[in-house]
Amino acid sequence: MLDIKNLKASVEGKDILKGLDLQVKAGEVHAIMGPNGSGKSTLSQVLAGRDTFQVDGGSVTWDGQDLLAMPIEERARAGLFLAFQYPVEIPGVSNAYFLKAAVNAIRKHRGLPEFDAMDFLTRVKAEMKAVGMKEEFLYRAVNEGFSGGEKKRNEVLQMALLEPRLAILDETDSGLDIDALKVVADGVNRLRSPDRALIVITHYQRLLDYIVPDHVHVLSHGRIVRSGGRELALELEEKGYGWIGDAGQVHAAPPAAGGAQ
Amino acid sequence: MKTATPARKIDSFLDQEYAAGFETLLEADTLPKGLSEDVIRVISAKKGEPEFLLEWRLEAYRRWLTMTAPKWAAVDFPDIDFQDIVYYSAPKKKDGPKSLDEVDPELLKTFEKLGVPLHERARLAGVAVDAVFDSVSVATTFQKELGEHGIIFCSFSEAVKTHPELIRQYLGTVVPPSDNFYAALNSAVFSDGSFVFIPKGVKCPMELSTYFRINARDTGQFERTLIIAEEGASVSYLEGCTAPMRDENQLHAAVVELIALDDAKIKYSTVQNWYPGDKDGVGGIYNFVTKRGDCRGARSHISWTQVETGSAITWKYPSVILRGDDSVGDFHSVALSNHRQQADTGTKMIHMGRNTKSTILSKGISAGHGSNTFRGLVRIAPKAEDARNYTQCDSLLIGDQCAAHTFPTIEARNPTAHVEHEATTSRIGEDQLFYAMQRGLTAEDAVSMIVNGFCREVFKELPMEFAVEAQKLLGVSLEGSIG
Ligand SMILES: Nc1ncnc2c1ncn2[C@@H]1O[C@H](COP(=O)(O)OP(=O)(O)OP(=O)(O)O)[C@@H](O)[C@H]1O
Ligand SMILES: [Mg+2]
Repeated sequence: MLDIKNLKASVEGKDILKGLDLQVKAGEVHAIMGPNGSGKSTLSQVLAGRDTFQVDGGSVTWDGQDLLAMPIEERARAGLFLAFQYPVEIPGVSNAYFLKAAVNAIRKHRGLPEFDAMDFLTRVKAEMKAVGMKEEFLYRAVNEGFSGGEKKRNEVLQMALLEPRLAILDETDSGLDIDALKVVADGVNRLRSPDRALIVITHYQRLLDYIVPDHVHVLSHGRIVRSGGRELALELEEKGYGWIGDAGQVHAAPPAAGGAQ
Repeated sequence: MKTATPARKIDSFLDQEYAAGFETLLEADTLPKGLSEDVIRVISAKKGEPEFLLEWRLEAYRRWLTMTAPKWAAVDFPDIDFQDIVYYSAPKKKDGPKSLDEVDPELLKTFEKLGVPLHERARLAGVAVDAVFDSVSVATTFQKELGEHGIIFCSFSEAVKTHPELIRQYLGTVVPPSDNFYAALNSAVFSDGSFVFIPKGVKCPMELSTYFRINARDTGQFERTLIIAEEGASVSYLEGCTAPMRDENQLHAAVVELIALDDAKIKYSTVQNWYPGDKDGVGGIYNFVTKRGDCRGARSHISWTQVETGSAITWKYPSVILRGDDSVGDFHSVALSNHRQQADTGTKMIHMGRNTKSTILSKGISAGHGSNTFRGLVRIAPKAEDARNYTQCDSLLIGDQCAAHTFPTIEARNPTAHVEHEATTSRIGEDQLFYAMQRGLTAEDAVSMIVNGFCREVFKELPMEFAVEAQKLLGVSLEGSIG
């Protein structure tokens, strides 16, 4: 469903993604791990269309379409969802209004009737219950004054409401207590289906106890330097990233002395 | 990459064409440029004014000659050559239209194009309109129905003829000619405007509205509006304005006086959309306006609501004098300045009576290279026991080239005064747009949503039809019923 080939991207003249390849098939869950600053968030934002990043080469095909040619909102409407590492505050705009506008923009695109206020409230309240958010969050401004964990729950809520076909979760588990972690995992697992795919960016293998990935990748210096199954995450947890070696030696054998980072 | 950039989207969104920028070609009766006592005499004579009014004008003019243009506002423009302005221009007509059928069809078309249908069958539901084109009122609708309630709603010139005693009694009692430079100029040369009189105990059954249009070149518009609500009366009044796009700056110096007697209520709403000039700041209206309400009676209530999106320069401080005990004054404002627009606006709340209460809610939006200044004065006189004021000034910045300033001044001369002030500044960032667009919204929808959320408290003060118009003006769409 998603085919990334030799993707290169930079910001302010600084190369960040340096020829990244990744294939994601429908029904799969991929985990991406990697050191701080390696380009994980850059990858997720380039896929979502953020133009502060310049695409310098490569291609991304999504369901046969040239993803990089699509405007941001078209990607979203076609079912690409990004749970932000740092969800953005929008003062003055209530969460309910924002969510309803988003849900209806996407429903309209899918040829579904737009929700009226009542339908929407019924739906959103049910989902809020599932992610453990109090109703008052509907009437507060989008993410304004939300705690770190509340913001992440709000991302999961949006994901559940928008029913994406490809969801990218950028460290949605960071800074969460164990209950919230389960909420995130549960949100993802409920979304899992044969026609959907998920990319989960995380630093912690413990999330992968709850969301069992089909593939695990290590992103380092702008490239996928190693891919494997579930066991790769455990290995990383144990050994850190040092043993993988630098980008460029993608298939090099791990050095004898693995250093924890 | 063909991705839409939020930054560029903001620009194109802000670059929307000025839709009211067309010119109407009409034969006009226009005086040569320049100002003198003779010009004032001609204006007065053309309008067939009584002697007292001519004298009043001349006195104002002499006063004006001794005054200098104020320089304290945070706006920047070259000195105005007051001899280079036309002080009177009127569409040619026989004797003033007796009915709409006599109004020049070109004029009716103009107002229709502006979305102000003067034909009563095409009217906005339940809104009476007075349309002022350059220097004169061209049509007032619904006069008969209003007359049945004893309400007078007509052009100022007509009121001078039909109710000179009311004009004499009230004109200049809120904004005396000596008040300020532009008020003095207006008093000398004002050409037309609207007059409203709501008699004792009458609640005006419909919204009243005046639509001001500057059309002729090099013409200043100096209208005068006078609204009187007698004991227990109430009225809601709306003013809208546009002008063609021109490279020269044009001057608009209006005076609005509101008088509320005991238990009367006047709600005055403005949607101001004068031509703001182009992106580089060429052309546009200089809008220097004195608006003041006098809560003369006990328990009277005057409320100003304004949405200011136009003009190259706006200099405007709708104020309330809270003279009567227990009187209430409100000011709700949205001021948008984009490109090179400069807005210096705000309000004065002068508490004189006991137990008087005022609320100031100002929402300034700056975009492009726009500059937005809020200036507020709250004065509590020594005798104003238990006066209360609440002021909230919020600024929203779109992009990083614009500016917002707030200058609140509080003069409390009574120890029982209770005055509160809050101010916030926020910015629409690229990250907010990206976030909203990632959720499927267009950049326009995202900006609209944010701007609309920001203005909501003020919009909800506008009469329904005008709230919709104001939102359209700001390029925003109506928010849903929830949230
Ligand atoms: N707007 C920007 N301007 C300059 N540098 C940037 C910008 N955005 C990202 N970078 C740089 O690009 C690199 C990759 O950042 P990115 O956020 O993709 O890392 P990450 O893998 O998500 O890291 P983390 O695990 O800490 O979230 C970093 O060195 C970062 O400083
Ligand atoms: Mg990151």
